[in-house]
Amino acid sequence: MPQLTDEKIIWMEEKARDIRISIIEMLVEAGSGHTAGPLGMADIFTVLYFHILKHDPTNPMWEDRDRLILSNGHICPALYATMAHSGYLKLEELKTLRQFGSRLQGHPHREFLSFIETSSGPLGLGLSQTIGMCLADKMDNGKFSGKQFYCLMSDGELQEGNVWEAMMLASKERLQNLTVIIDRNNIQIEGFTEDIMPLEPLKEKWQSFNWDVRTIDGHNFQEIVSAIGEAQAVFAKPSVIIANTIAGKGVSFMEINYKWHGKPPTKEEGERAITELKLT
Amino acid sequence: MLNNELKLNTKLFNEDVEQIPIRQGFGEGLVIAGDENKNVIGLCADLNESTKMNLFAEKYPERFIQVGVAEQNLATVASGMAAMGKIPFISSYAMFSPGRNWEQIRTTIAYNDRPVKIIGSHAGISVGPDGGTHQAIEDIAIMRVLPNMIVLSPCDAIEAKKATIATAKIDKPVYIRLLREKTPIITTEETPFEIGKAKVFFAPPMKAQVGIIATGALVYNAILAAQRFAQKGISVKVLNIASIRPLDFEAIINLAKESGALVSVEEHQIVGGLGSAIAEVLVQNYPVPMELIGVHDKFGQSGTPEELIEHYGMSVSHIERAVEKVIERKN
Repeated sequence: MPQLTDEKIIWMEEKARDIRISIIEMLVEAGSGHTAGPLGMADIFTVLYFHILKHDPTNPMWEDRDRLILSNGHICPALYATMAHSGYLKLEELKTLRQFGSRLQGHPHREFLSFIETSSGPLGLGLSQTIGMCLADKMDNGKFSGKQFYCLMSDGELQEGNVWEAMMLASKERLQNLTVIIDRNNIQIEGFTEDIMPLEPLKEKWQSFNWDVRTIDGHNFQEIVSAIGEAQAVFAKPSVIIANTIAGKGVSFMEINYKWHGKPPTKEEGERAITELKLT
Repeated sequence: MLNNELKLNTKLFNEDVEQIPIRQGFGEGLVIAGDENKNVIGLCADLNESTKMNLFAEKYPERFIQVGVAEQNLATVASGMAAMGKIPFISSYAMFSPGRNWEQIRTTIAYNDRPVKIIGSHAGISVGPDGGTHQAIEDIAIMRVLPNMIVLSPCDAIEAKKATIATAKIDKPVYIRLLREKTPIITTEETPFEIGKAKVFFAPPMKAQVGIIATGALVYNAILAAQRFAQKGISVKVLNIASIRPLDFEAIINLAKESGALVSVEEHQIVGGLGSAIAEVLVQNYPVPMELIGVHDKFGQSGTPEELIEHYGMSVSHIERAVEKVIERKN
């Protein structure tokens, strides 16, 4: 991974802001979709696509690419917008989100957008698919290859039982090139996670499943990069990064308000949001 | 009156007809598929020996993954492995895979169109003493409704072996339904097998008055029933359906046209299974009177396979009565 300079951080901050503006624009146009999660994860997506991932937007199916699996598919506006800003899609295509015939389905579907790693939306399924990819790669090479496998998850989806089955298998198989990043924004569709179904003590839960765990500020570029670097250096264990994020980050009237989990801004709200983002 | 062209087991009507569990055929077939292609791999949810995946796991331990009692993980991990070019076979009891993990199969295997092969062993009511919790009689219904999915239900161990080998060669998701108990060997190594094709196994030399369309081990009961009618001078043909999806429309319609009356036979709920699939074909193409043999809106219970097949109405005499009834309806 390249050196993280101050200039690069400033450049990525601007990129993340542009991605947030794209997210707002596409949701206003779509008239439905999820707002809080994509805004909250925009910084992590930016770091992954513009600093961490070994990938090639001009050759999306490059065999040796790192794999990034979005488990909580409902935050796909962040995925689509970041991929567009990386060169996988034209920016204009973002406006087709959720429309009939669009490649940008309401939840990602690989039959429509062939170069995403999997379809997702129903929660709790991404981690085990990432584990499967890791295992297949290890089987092919007889050892861990240079590829890294990333799975992005929401905190709410940790309530799905399938996740805990997957956690057991990853540590059993000592998948050291697997890194999970949890969007710990504390909200889910009907309220705060700790009211709906408490996840804490979250760090200790993963540790007890024999994972390497670190907790970071999910909006601090330096911390995101360092944590991923450290996670990759861990031997014989999978890693999880609990990224504390602010749902709706960057738009004052959306931040930490679970009501923005599953609804889009109106045209007027979108304009206000974009004005705010442009000031940052 | 077995169809000679198909080179079926000529000792089928003997008292001591050879009997082998259908799942055994899968186990042997998977080893052959594994010999032929190094990308064939196995995953199991703690039922390796029961599902006969142990034959593969012992020969290719480096290509086998034990996920523990976690069928949801079984399906989703396999989807990820298929994304990297593997041809994963996943095995458990049908009640748990595809029973418990249906949504995982829908989203990550069928919707993604990943070539994972789902092996549901111990299907049907004949799993016996374990009781109703373990008797999957809904699996055909929940799998044949999925786009992209191929659904196979072999009639004996030899057909199961061929189905397994054929399945490894197609880039599609597949469900194969297996039974636990020893059942009669109906086919031979020489009998042709093709996904999507149904074959007439039993055909008296005159025009059929009734066609029986059967799947799984009950094809044997269907043939015995047809044989009894043949001895009474009544012509009943038996069509074996190993491929429930894709379904051989042409063979079904031809049999309906020839006989004018059909009976479906399956070890499954009559709702949503083979009988329903045939009825869907008939109403849209060539409606004829039809009777459905299978479990009628009930859960199973403990008992011997024979007791349960009798109690739930799938014995040879039940099939005979259904044939008589459908002849009456036709006339």
